[in-house]
Amino acid sequence: MMHNPHRPHRARIVERIQESGTVFTLRLEFIERDIREHYSFAPGQFNMVYLYGVGEVAISIVSDPKRPQQLDHAIRAVGRVTNGISQLQAGDTIGLRGPYGRGWPMEKAKGRDVLVITGGLGCAPVVSVINYITQRRDQFGKLTILQGVKLPKDLIWRDRFEQWINELNTEVFLAADKGDPTWPWHVGLVIELFDQMTLSDDTIVMMCGPEGMMRVCIHELLLRNIKEEAIHLSMERNMQCALGQCGHCQYGADFICRDGPVFSYDRIKPLFAHQGF
Amino acid sequence: MTRPLAAQFLPHNQLQRLLDTLHHSGHKVYGPQLRDDAITYAPLATTDQLPLGIEDHHAPGSYRLQQNGTQHWFDWLSTPQGIKPLLFKPRETLWHATRDATGAIHFTDPASSAEKIAVIGLRACDLAALKLQDQHFLSVEHTPDPFYTERRRHLFIVAINCTRAAATCFCTSTGDGPKCDVNNSAADIAMTELDSGFIIMAGSAQGTHIIEQLALNDADEAQLNEATQREANAIQQQRSVPSQNMRDTLFAALDHPQWDDVASRCLSCGNCTAVCPSCFCYSEQAEPQLDGSSTEQTREWDSCFTQGHSYMHGITVRHDTKLRYRQWLTHKFAGWHDQYGRSGCTGCGRCISWCPAGIDIIDELTLLSTDKGVADDA
Repeated sequence: MMHNPHRPHRARIVERIQESGTVFTLRLEFIERDIREHYSFAPGQFNMVYLYGVGEVAISIVSDPKRPQQLDHAIRAVGRVTNGISQLQAGDTIGLRGPYGRGWPMEKAKGRDVLVITGGLGCAPVVSVINYITQRRDQFGKLTILQGVKLPKDLIWRDRFEQWINELNTEVFLAADKGDPTWPWHVGLVIELFDQMTLSDDTIVMMCGPEGMMRVCIHELLLRNIKEEAIHLSMERNMQCALGQCGHCQYGADFICRDGPVFSYDRIKPLFAHQGF
Repeated sequence: MTRPLAAQFLPHNQLQRLLDTLHHSGHKVYGPQLRDDAITYAPLATTDQLPLGIEDHHAPGSYRLQQNGTQHWFDWLSTPQGIKPLLFKPRETLWHATRDATGAIHFTDPASSAEKIAVIGLRACDLAALKLQDQHFLSVEHTPDPFYTERRRHLFIVAINCTRAAATCFCTSTGDGPKCDVNNSAADIAMTELDSGFIIMAGSAQGTHIIEQLALNDADEAQLNEATQREANAIQQQRSVPSQNMRDTLFAALDHPQWDDVASRCLSCGNCTAVCPSCFCYSEQAEPQLDGSSTEQTREWDSCFTQGHSYMHGITVRHDTKLRYRQWLTHKFAGWHDQYGRSGCTGCGRCISWCPAGIDIIDELTLLSTDKGVADDA
């Protein structure tokens, strides 16, 4: 039989890190040496992670591409497959195939200011961008991170955010819809923080989160003269094959799994204003 | 280079020899047969199994067969399914996994089941739709599907030129029929049925090879004239798409009130996507054995009309029928142009005949492109 792109490869769980009540990170390593050594990826790409007998889920890779032999996947236990995967431990075997999709435009971002916006619980895909930049600080201009959550407890990787605040040439803005005594940052909506930021005309934006949040942020960005083609979004839909075949993630003419998940806003703008695509 | 064969004449009583020749060259032959008041493709051994003197009548939500008193085998027009189920299986296994006592998992590919298949009876609209499925599943630029590819490689097609048109046919307007372009289609052989036999032409070297084994005579002028006249009966069709490229029209009509209107009639049953020869969506599922020792990953045709199609972690993106119908129509007639350089519809009319609510896609497209919509959900 010719190459079967549907079939996963075996991978070992090297480490399992509990990040919050429901979020955990799996560090995975392909068992077959040949697969492991030929694997490479870019920030923003994803893998299909398979739980034996249950199914596959699309999970973005959050670790650094310069270390492609061990791959970190931040997973939220929300459904059948992810709840099952959350029960696994270091040493267990799972299925893995990838990488899929087009990631963040890191080459295009070189030498420019970068604004990273994330909202709700969907911050894993952009964490790869933040990690990438902080590991190569001299290649990029100012890094601004804007993160909104509903409740303070929704902020995962709080220690990393606190670390990023102290990074060189980096600004971090955090907002929670409702505050509590543990929350020293802004209480209110993310868009209320826009006026506190100074954005150069050459800023490139990378965004991930609920579409409603991304819509209002795009509105604010366009008001501040950021160009449509400088705004990049990581989109999410039902994904099953990850090969641009099964049709579930179609967004207009694009297959999000193959042509995305990262799109520049000008490309998806015609449909982005409409519900149901 | 083989010299192209001239059109030849295959007498009715020699059709069995064509079937036998295909059998002898290693093909399992599929042909049209009467089953449950419908004509469907099934393994075919003899010409006795073909639907003699039967024609089909189509209308929105209606498909009826009728005896017409002729000795023709191919007076019917469109089967409920085209060739899609023979290449893109309604259900199949993608891979297996086993887990041994130590917990180690192993993945394996399913055993190859591809056999040489010859299908007799496909129409120009079916061949055009096959090209669309080829673009989707064979694309080397993207990822070719190994299962589809293997079956497609082993496929031999005997196409039939239509000599009638149903009330639901509109292939003339989509540019896909009614006559098979034997030099530029997937057909290995194309035939036109006459009262006494067939005009038979080769569309590929393989087709030439099969026809040569039949040692037939060239068709004479009277036979060619009869074929031309009969083929002309199929060109005059009652239905037509407003335009071969509705991309801009439909994307500009996303808030058109007609979507609400059609949604009030549509049952969201997915019949249209099941009979559509170009629809390619499928869903995957894991099917473990009860003892957990093995499991298989299967795929099954899916439809954008199901609730699960747009489901992700608690959100159903297309939560109502209006959004699903709009997804279907805008993909088929608008997004498809950007994906594959043309519309995803080849004018077979199956979605009209097999819609239990009798929704006529031509009526919907016409209303969506002629009425000016008023924004109602912006």
